[in-house]
Amino acid sequence: MATRLQERCSDIMNRKTLAMLGVLALLGLLLLAACSKKNTSEEQSSSPTSESQPPTASTPIDPSTAATVSGTAKFDGTAPKPPKIDMSQDPACKGDNTAETVVVKDGDLANVFVYVKDGLGNRSFDVPKDSVVLDQKGCRYHPHVLAVMAGQNVEIKNDDPTTHNIHPTPKDNREWNESQPPSAAPLQKTFAREEIMLPVKCNQHPWMKMYVNVVKSPFYAVTGPDGKYEIKGLPPGDYTLAFVHEKLGEQDQKVTVAPKDSKTVDTTFKAGGM
Amino acid sequence: MIRTSGVGLRHGPLQSFRKIRESDSQLSHAGRRTKELFLKALATPYNRAHHVFAVFTAGATFLLIIAGALVTSNDAGLSVPDWPTTFGSLTKMPHMVGGVKFEHGHRMVAEFVGVLTIILAIWTWRVERRRWLRLLAVAGVGTVIAQGILGGITVLHMLPPAISTAHAALAQTFFCIAVLIALFTGRRWIEEQPRIEFDTRSPSLITLTWLSVFVLYVQLILGAMFRHHGIGWVPHVLHAAVVAFVLSWTAVRALSQFSHVDEVRTPAVTMLSLMIVQLCLGFTAFLTRVAWGHGAVQPELPMVISTVAHVAVGALLLATAIVLAVQVWRHVPVAFEEEVPTVERKAVAA
Repeated sequence: MATRLQERCSDIMNRKTLAMLGVLALLGLLLLAACSKKNTSEEQSSSPTSESQPPTASTPIDPSTAATVSGTAKFDGTAPKPPKIDMSQDPACKGDNTAETVVVKDGDLANVFVYVKDGLGNRSFDVPKDSVVLDQKGCRYHPHVLAVMAGQNVEIKNDDPTTHNIHPTPKDNREWNESQPPSAAPLQKTFAREEIMLPVKCNQHPWMKMYVNVVKSPFYAVTGPDGKYEIKGLPPGDYTLAFVHEKLGEQDQKVTVAPKDSKTVDTTFKAGGM
Repeated sequence: MIRTSGVGLRHGPLQSFRKIRESDSQLSHAGRRTKELFLKALATPYNRAHHVFAVFTAGATFLLIIAGALVTSNDAGLSVPDWPTTFGSLTKMPHMVGGVKFEHGHRMVAEFVGVLTIILAIWTWRVERRRWLRLLAVAGVGTVIAQGILGGITVLHMLPPAISTAHAALAQTFFCIAVLIALFTGRRWIEEQPRIEFDTRSPSLITLTWLSVFVLYVQLILGAMFRHHGIGWVPHVLHAAVVAFVLSWTAVRALSQFSHVDEVRTPAVTMLSLMIVQLCLGFTAFLTRVAWGHGAVQPELPMVISTVAHVAVGALLLATAIVLAVQVWRHVPVAFEEEVPTVERKAVAA
């Protein structure tokens, strides 16, 4: 009798313990969800201060000695046919329906990010007060490749009659994801840390992809449809110039510029690099 | 030590009632509990409406799994950035275009299944006399709530692979619970007298069926981790060979030894067929997503169809393996020889 009572008690205890554990697990998950949301909103609200670079005095550059580096990015080989985009998922999306993965015209390669990768030493530079604009129009990003200085404001506009979400997927910066309905106020965003070819996408329109390049110096450019770029105001010195393409990878070139020099540095990406 | 020839209860609540009664005095505490469960099963009347509702819930859960797979395959997981609201509202219907139609559609189906699960649990609690089944229905509610919360966390944390994988694995666990409730409430399960066939081979069929469930669950986790960018495709593809071996072994054993037991033959044949279909779908999904679709500018229809079908058939395969395991547990108990200490036997004789 006593043994049965003992078994019954232990049975009830086991069930109660299991039920308690189940309830605790659910509460834990709820708490985690609540904390997640709170943390996200806290991060977002504090982002302007936490992501801003501490103010440091910039290193002056003598304009009278500043040099210029310019050139052209070329594509060697048969240019791949731009893949077609299917925009039928959203009737509001109308416009050019080819992808901008590799844009080549007469052998000139567009959307190559060119920047001074090495040679500037410990120089620091003022962050420009002007915003860089990223526009969403025709369910595409304009420009496809964007360059900003770390801490510089990026103004994100939506000129489409449909909702987009802007979702950078960085390695070194903070990831965020915000929706932007039609006619909404532009989003103001900054990227705190240097990062090259940081992908940005819209999960509502999966073909929408672009790249943000965040650097610490103002010596950068993006090649236009003619493949040309120009970097002005460079102090005399020995530098490594990097040419980065989203699909074709990176090519580095050494360059030495004298005071008031004007150098041409071209590069060629081969079709086999894809 | 004296070896007494006989059949002991290794598993199964629903062996022949007579058999249990004969060996009642030798039953352990677990044995008495299983006997109790069996008695309650006999006392439960078949409720057609309840069973149909359970089948409907399982069907809706299957559609929910397909809806979830469509979200991942269309890369639409973050098209609605907030949770539990959708674009700041709990009630307002968003414009169902682009990724939103997949993500919000998935949320709507999930809410519907959540309501069905709660109704099923309440209904089960009211009409069902088997306490373990009532608890299973309540566990279903707990699972569906946990699943919803995991879905929310994965959205708020930008789809971390671990959480998204847990969300995918729990989805199929819940589907299996729904399928089991549908099975246990069926007329056949409630009213039939199970035909008992003792299994004397080693490893036993029940061991093989649970091993099948285990390897399938591991495969589910590996597949989900690959889909959610937690690992590469190699572990999932390598483990597919293990799954194919274990499932084939199980099905061949079941069909060669117990093909005359309908309840074992049907799920065994289904499992084998689904496994072949699943291997073909896995190969197709690999071609469309990994080999040909690498670097595609957007998810293309062949990759979406093949990956969603692969997930859906995977869920059916896991549920079938569990049904097979449960039916083997019911119909094919393990026979074993019981060893009785000599000293004790002498004492009884005296």
